[in-house]
Amino acid sequence: MRRLFQFRGGVHLREHKKDATLHPVVPAGLPKRLVLPLQQHIGKPAKPVVAVGDKVLKGQVVAEASDTVSSPVHASSSGVVTAIAAQPIPHASGLSAPCIVIETDGQETWRPRDEQVYDYHQLSRAQLREKIRQAGIVGMGGAGFPSHIKLDPDGKSVDTLILNGAECEPYITCDEMLLRERALEVIVGLRIMRYALNAQRCIIGVENNKHKAFLALLQQVRNTGADFIEVIQVPTVYPTGGEKQLIHVLTGKEVPSGGLPLDVGIVCHNVGTAYAVYRAIEFDEPLISRYVTIAGSVAHARNLEVLIGTPVIDLITECGGNPGTLSRVIMGGPMMGIALHSTDVPVIKTTNCILVNARVGDVPLPSRGDFALPCIRCGACAESCPVGLLPQQLYWYSRAKDFDKVQDYHLFDCIECGCCDYVCPSQIPLVHYFRYAKTEIWALEREKKQANIARRRHEFREFRLEREKREKQERHKRKRQALKKDSGTGGEADAKKAAIEAAMERVRAKREAAKPRNVDNLTEQQQRLVDEADARRARAAGRSNDKENRA
Amino acid sequence: MSLATPSSPHIHSGASITALMLRVLLALVPAIVAYTWFFGWGLIINIGIAVTVALGSEALMLRLRRRPLAPFLTDGSAVLTAVLLAFCIPPLAPWWITVMGAAFAIIVAKQLYGGLGYNPFNPAMVGYVMLLISFPLEMTSWVPSHILHQLQIGFVDTVQIIFQRDFPYALSMDALSAATPLDSVKTELGLNHTVPEIIAGNAIFGDFGGVGWEWVGNWVLLGGMWLIFKRDITWHIPFSVLGSLFAISFFFFMLDPDAYPSPMFHLFSGATLLAAFFIATDPVSASTTPRGRLIYGAGIGLLIYVIRTWGSYPDAVAFAVLLMNMAAPTIDYYTRPPVFGHAETEPEPASENGGGDT
Repeated sequence: MRRLFQFRGGVHLREHKKDATLHPVVPAGLPKRLVLPLQQHIGKPAKPVVAVGDKVLKGQVVAEASDTVSSPVHASSSGVVTAIAAQPIPHASGLSAPCIVIETDGQETWRPRDEQVYDYHQLSRAQLREKIRQAGIVGMGGAGFPSHIKLDPDGKSVDTLILNGAECEPYITCDEMLLRERALEVIVGLRIMRYALNAQRCIIGVENNKHKAFLALLQQVRNTGADFIEVIQVPTVYPTGGEKQLIHVLTGKEVPSGGLPLDVGIVCHNVGTAYAVYRAIEFDEPLISRYVTIAGSVAHARNLEVLIGTPVIDLITECGGNPGTLSRVIMGGPMMGIALHSTDVPVIKTTNCILVNARVGDVPLPSRGDFALPCIRCGACAESCPVGLLPQQLYWYSRAKDFDKVQDYHLFDCIECGCCDYVCPSQIPLVHYFRYAKTEIWALEREKKQANIARRRHEFREFRLEREKREKQERHKRKRQALKKDSGTGGEADAKKAAIEAAMERVRAKREAAKPRNVDNLTEQQQRLVDEADARRARAAGRSNDKENRA
Repeated sequence: MSLATPSSPHIHSGASITALMLRVLLALVPAIVAYTWFFGWGLIINIGIAVTVALGSEALMLRLRRRPLAPFLTDGSAVLTAVLLAFCIPPLAPWWITVMGAAFAIIVAKQLYGGLGYNPFNPAMVGYVMLLISFPLEMTSWVPSHILHQLQIGFVDTVQIIFQRDFPYALSMDALSAATPLDSVKTELGLNHTVPEIIAGNAIFGDFGGVGWEWVGNWVLLGGMWLIFKRDITWHIPFSVLGSLFAISFFFFMLDPDAYPSPMFHLFSGATLLAAFFIATDPVSASTTPRGRLIYGAGIGLLIYVIRTWGSYPDAVAFAVLLMNMAAPTIDYYTRPPVFGHAETEPEPASENGGGDT
């Protein structure tokens, strides 16, 4: 048995996972309208390559990657592009962002696909990554980082490739269902990823509350004889599914703060991503659908295979939720999910769950009270923090806006898992405070950066003005010199001026000559001669004075 | 249709300060019963006075500070402060002692510092120390258990004593009261008696500490264990308070058992156990990091011994707690736990994980 490690803290949550796992996964109904945000990933938004009115086919690229860290977007079904405009997107801010809207035609006509079944070993690793990039695959566990980058070992050696099937949040069961139903496909995807990374060995981590998924994986690993893959059950503690937490549990290694798992020779991908990779390589299918759990106040909680871009409201209706009585709709789990401002927002590549709350006939999620009491420093938050932070101190300094101190206490290591918030007896919205502090610090940094740029600009301007002034002076000087040199050919006034100056110069020289010179350290004889000369001069001067007086 | 859009997480464990304080109070109930059994109705009456005054003072201050009354009056913290203070006041002390102590604890030590969560010192202990320094006579007049039981002082008698200083059988407080075990040991050691002599010659001493007190101690211990079991307090502070007190008293006891009472006497006398489980563990004024709590508790244990043995007060719990309250922020600063991913040494690569299947 592999020795497992334990991260500090964490909380035990009620799972609520049973309802949605009773039925096999079926495709969700084809929506009339697909909304495809240009940014469903970390990095730069994709660039549209279609125009309004264009007919698109299922799987066709509608927006291409605009940068290395970016990901293309594909039409999830065939139809007509009706708009390329800002639409509400699933984001905590409730803001809108550019999306491509497609009116589906119900035909589901595929673009031509590469029929050839590849043996992925025949492709080079770079080719494989390129195919994955073109398929628009991003991390499907929630972060949405473009997968082709995470499949590039970047010259480092990868010891272990971990497949994250922990799925530690309550209600969410899409990964579990995927593993139960598509274990073989996930394993093939894993092998492709292993090849791309040239990884030594693979571990699939599954929480021990998903026994069926675990058994399915175990069986398929045995069947395929892949002895380099270990399937490991990890204890069900929230947040085991956090990347750094799972790596620690499985290997005992701590990913350094601000570092990547690659720094400790590990790469971690979500099981859903592995499945998407499999579809992309073996079937030339881009990422246009995913498993999504619909749970909470719906008549039929279940998992559906949903086309990316499907409006959330369609799914709620399909699972027997009443659109008229919704009180809160969470995308993601109850611990880290975002409460949607509108149910018109689409399912995106990272959407794993739609958790519905209704005003009527619902057992509401036990939530924080509206009134938070002051922190009593009980330390329950610190005990629950999987990162080993002191949330009570972070809270204190966030409130005081002491952003230096809050960074001393490692604010930026906070993964916003919500454990502290969950256990807080004062019911303080701690994570909210931490997000606020992070945002403020980012804003300050941006301001500082901008101020620096402005300062540099200003300094350069000063320098430039100074330089121009100097250059101007130089130019004038040179001009003057040039004029002086060929003054003969210059204007009359100049010639006159020069003549006067020359005369003055001569007078000055004469006067200079008249003055006694070298009168220091004279010999006696010399001194005498000088004195005599002076006397003569005085006499002469006296005579001339007399003359003047008489005149 | 408007959807609620609160910030994540969207669920909560349901933990609340009220529930926490109620459980702490519940954990005190056995000790209160035992105390009443041994020392009469005084404690119950004092608790009644203290709670009333504490809630009244809290309400008054909240109003002056323009804070909402309901959430703070129902959080249970003022009640707990009042009960702990009442526990420390002699059961037959005059009513105004309790009134002043409770009012001082809530108004000065708690609300003037900003109320719940902002008091740097344990309010109950501040109230107690104020009383002890200002009214040493009233605060050290304890009536031993066996005398109370001989006189069969009932509820009505107790009320009359507390409110009117009206003693039955025309007795007086002077006649009734006696030194506490800690006090006797201290005084008589000063008279060059040995510890065994002192204990043998006085009916107030029981097996470990004083008659009655040691039983109260047992129930306090039990309540405290329950709180640890319920994860309302962590083991760190009780363990380090008792552990350090035991260690240092054991050391001196081994040096000279005649001059220094046994560790068990220290653990079961005075307010040691109450402090370890219920007073030092007040989260607001204590250290909050695991290592910090150990240091904080050890400091309290050592100070209790030092003040009891060489100081001028027979019991020292309140002073020890307040002194360590002062140190708590500094202790916290220097005992921050290591943060994930900030390990000083890089973890060893591979192998040590003992990989491989069975």
